[in-house]
Amino acid sequence: MIFFKLILTNLRRHRIRSFISIAGIAFSVAAMLTVVTILQGAIGMFSGILSSDSEIIVFERNVSDLFFSNVPPSVASEVAGWAMVSHADPVLFGIVSSADHPIITCFGVTPEDARIRNATWISGDRTRFARNSDDVVLGSRAAEFLSAKVDSYVPIGHGTFHVIGILKTANGFEDGGVFMPLGAAQKFFHKEGSSVITIKLRHKEDAAAFKARVKQAYPNLIGLENAEFSRSYSQFKILKATAWAVGGCGLILGGLGVANTMIMSVFTRIREIAILRVNGFSNMQVAGMIFGESSLVSAFGAIAGLLIGTVALFALKLVPALDGYVDATIHPAVMFLVAILALLTGVAGALYPAMYAVRVRAVEALRFE
Amino acid sequence: MSTLTPPPSTHGPIVLRAEDVWKSYDDGAIAVLKGIDFTATAGETVALCGPSGCGKSTLLHLFGGLDEPERGRIFVNNIEVNRQRDLLRLLRHEVGFVFQLHNLIPDLTLEENCLIPSVAAGTDRRVARRRLHELTERTGLTHRLGQRIQKLSGGERQRTALCRALMNRPKILLADEPTGSLDEGTSAIVFQLLLDVAATEGVTLLMATHDRGLADRCDRLLEMHDGRIYEPAPV
Repeated sequence: MIFFKLILTNLRRHRIRSFISIAGIAFSVAAMLTVVTILQGAIGMFSGILSSDSEIIVFERNVSDLFFSNVPPSVASEVAGWAMVSHADPVLFGIVSSADHPIITCFGVTPEDARIRNATWISGDRTRFARNSDDVVLGSRAAEFLSAKVDSYVPIGHGTFHVIGILKTANGFEDGGVFMPLGAAQKFFHKEGSSVITIKLRHKEDAAAFKARVKQAYPNLIGLENAEFSRSYSQFKILKATAWAVGGCGLILGGLGVANTMIMSVFTRIREIAILRVNGFSNMQVAGMIFGESSLVSAFGAIAGLLIGTVALFALKLVPALDGYVDATIHPAVMFLVAILALLTGVAGALYPAMYAVRVRAVEALRFE
Repeated sequence: MSTLTPPPSTHGPIVLRAEDVWKSYDDGAIAVLKGIDFTATAGETVALCGPSGCGKSTLLHLFGGLDEPERGRIFVNNIEVNRQRDLLRLLRHEVGFVFQLHNLIPDLTLEENCLIPSVAAGTDRRVARRRLHELTERTGLTHRLGQRIQKLSGGERQRTALCRALMNRPKILLADEPTGSLDEGTSAIVFQLLLDVAATEGVTLLMATHDRGLADRCDRLLEMHDGRIYEPAPV
């Protein structure tokens, strides 16, 4: 109890400095939580596009980005004919732009595609999709920022397209995207095949057999189950690494703040440390006091940071322009990991101050005023 | 220089011994101890008098293991105080320190300050509290247990420091100008208390002081100057 009070006393003694340190950790934790959650949400959304009513995606082996993948046009129909396959939908991804929006995701799909079949149509007629090559369907967000209605014409990229429907999906990328008939998309993007084929199997347990058959029949292609794809896709790996790196930098800054606070704390209580040593405090006990103090700062910072991050994510979700793009679902594992990293940062920040405190010579420190 | 041995009336086992101890500061520029030989027996009260900077505090620090001699050897309870010795055990159980400036932690209460040595030593809380009450009763501080240090008078602070020093029942008390910051009246009261407690607890007291009047009340009075210890010349 007295040991804990010795830790707490020093935090209370320098309230503003403690508050600044806690705030440093809190904002670092909030930044990390927000960045990681947003990117995980984005990855989840992208994975969601691929996994609409499908279990496996087939794409070109060893491509760094799905936008560069080219699956030959014949493959979709051939694979659709395999007994284990319920349906195979080719999807072509492209990036287009309009006057005010530099990036609009474009999906080249067939009328049978799950995205067209299962989406909520706000206006327009699903059966009209792909009748004409210049027909497009817009996600509701895309319709909003392009100020488009059904039967209006919108300039996208180097062409002008006829809007035949507007649909609403929970996925931000889809809701802010443009759906084109596959043929029109192939022509628009000068591509013969598709980016991927999404596969729905008759029986999920056939997944391994399906992947093996893809490997055998099309050595240049690869079939991956959705979870497998999320884990191995290099773009996702880069995004995840970036998120953790950005968050990590924030935490390092927070850790430096803790280190600064703790070293000041040791300097200002050097006489007190000497008194404790004269009264029999061991190196471990002195170091424990310093680490205890930094851990407490980190723990308070982590709790505050998790709260700030959660509120920030919900606030971002409420911003109309980001509607559908931000998934505010915070995974407990991310929360746990962020909290642990914050604590470790605090402990790391206290390493030098603790070493300094341990080396304090009581006889000299007692002369220190 | 010959060893300054205690008078026959106080002869008991030797608990403090310095053998040809040398110590200097500033890379030898300031020599404070020049071949000190000294012994003190169990239960003896010894006063070290001398001008500031004569090495009184340094000698106390050497006996407490807070500093090391350049030459010579220091023994506490017949075990040499050096790097090989368990210095934590020495500080926790064998010696207690009382300083001129009480050196209490201002944000803690009297009770918490006194309990610090028991926290360091990992003493059972009930045992520590019993000891605390025993000491505060003897020093008249029981009614002030919950007070913060800032609210205590100088005498009360020094009595608190005494309780803290005796918390783990050390048999040697090293007091560095324990009444130096107190007025004459309080100084006499605190000093008498120090002697009483030392006698009751059977503690050996080695005290550095400027006050000859107080020093005269100890079993032995030694003078230090020019880095050496002398028996004072009889008046």
